[in-house]
Amino acid sequence: MNFIESIVSIIQKHGTAFLEATTITVSITAISLIIATVIGLVFAFFKVSNIWILAKLADIYIFIVRGLPLIVLIMFLYYGISSVIVLSDFIAGAVALGIHSGAYLAEIFRGAIQSVDRGQNEAARSLGMTAPLTMSTIILPQAFKRAIPALGNQFIIGLKDSSLVAYIAVTELFSHALTASAENYMPFETYLVVGFYYLGLVLIFTLLLNYVEKRLNTENLYMKKLKKKTHSL
Amino acid sequence: MIKVTNLKKSFGDLEVLKDINVQINKNEVVVVIGPSGSGKSTLLRCLNKLEETTSGTILLNNIDLTNKKVNINKVREDIGMIFQQFNLFPHKTVLENIIIAPMKIRKKSRKDAENAAYILLDKLGLVDKATAYPDSLSGGQKQRIAIARALAMEPKVMLFDEPTSALDPEMVGEVLNVMKQLAHGGMTMVVVTHEMGFAREVGDRVIFMDEGYVIEEADPKQLFSNPQHERTKAFLSKVL
Repeated sequence: MNFIESIVSIIQKHGTAFLEATTITVSITAISLIIATVIGLVFAFFKVSNIWILAKLADIYIFIVRGLPLIVLIMFLYYGISSVIVLSDFIAGAVALGIHSGAYLAEIFRGAIQSVDRGQNEAARSLGMTAPLTMSTIILPQAFKRAIPALGNQFIIGLKDSSLVAYIAVTELFSHALTASAENYMPFETYLVVGFYYLGLVLIFTLLLNYVEKRLNTENLYMKKLKKKTHSL
Repeated sequence: MIKVTNLKKSFGDLEVLKDINVQINKNEVVVVIGPSGSGKSTLLRCLNKLEETTSGTILLNNIDLTNKKVNINKVREDIGMIFQQFNLFPHKTVLENIIIAPMKIRKKSRKDAENAAYILLDKLGLVDKATAYPDSLSGGQKQRIAIARALAMEPKVMLFDEPTSALDPEMVGEVLNVMKQLAHGGMTMVVVTHEMGFAREVGDRVIFMDEGYVIEEADPKQLFSNPQHERTKAFLSKVL
């Protein structure tokens, strides 16, 4: 069997299963990133708050999570948590990935929040806006826009890192590759095919990201409003 | 309307306001002048507590702003502030910039807030910019929008922190004109500025500050033509 035939046979045999596994990869990534975003925002707020104890708490969290290899964190949480409460492999994996990415997102959000000009805060506060209202309507929208490139980076890393939950029996894309290559004795070809699945996912995500970034550009927003106006006239 | 008594303010070891006593009456336009570093901007920023004061009291309509129990957000609703760098919200259109505070804080309906905003924009001749984003405006337009944004809250006092210092010279006039209109309409205003022409023409009273003290305060005609204090004379001889 030559190389091309091997590839074709792998796709024929495992193509559908890989695709199904891809949906698990996508969903575990999506759920972990939602968890990570919440964690990241909370700890970013802690860090920019003037409350010493909260800022320290965030520092400790970031230090521990960033300092541990993800696989150690996954194993630790999987065996640690499941000895207390029974979690499905999927949920345990999503939580572990979320906790991991959350530490990185916290730093990204903190940097973005602090990069917004101090005058924005002063202008909002001088109008009588409360601190939470200023944060949610004035600071965060601007910070988020600036954070998009770094966020996209971190999301892509999160997507790829999701392959590590194969080791706690989540049947996502990489775990299928492990099984398939053990069956067919063609590890090189199998991982090549799976590699393209990951590349495809990242490509779709990158395009999505570019679209979001473009949409948030104020110049484009203006043009769109103009168009809408001329339509309604 | 505003009564500042024995106000002191330090940044660390640096004392920028040393025992300030000032009174601002209703419908009065008070212009604060002085060399840079004299504390005039800090004084202005203390008036709506963008700066925490170190000691002394600031009474606004008999409410002591230095009292920790006072809800400063409530107080700020009635104090408009204009900044040197405009500080418009770049992710919002001109109209959204103006209506956000009336809607979120005064709980006006979008329709009412927009109607009020269009009346303000009309007065400023900027109706056609309602859907534009701040990035596409000139400095003078930005500052006039910033004034409209503050006015939309129907403040009782307006504070101006060097409103024309970041503008190209040809745009200073349009902003000063808006401020003159406001003054003639009876708005109580405190203006920190280097525009001596404005101080002379519009100011009811001029306060000269230097090194954290109020050195001299007087009617503009008197202060500019016959300054009493040596430091005032020295400053005026440089800027006039």
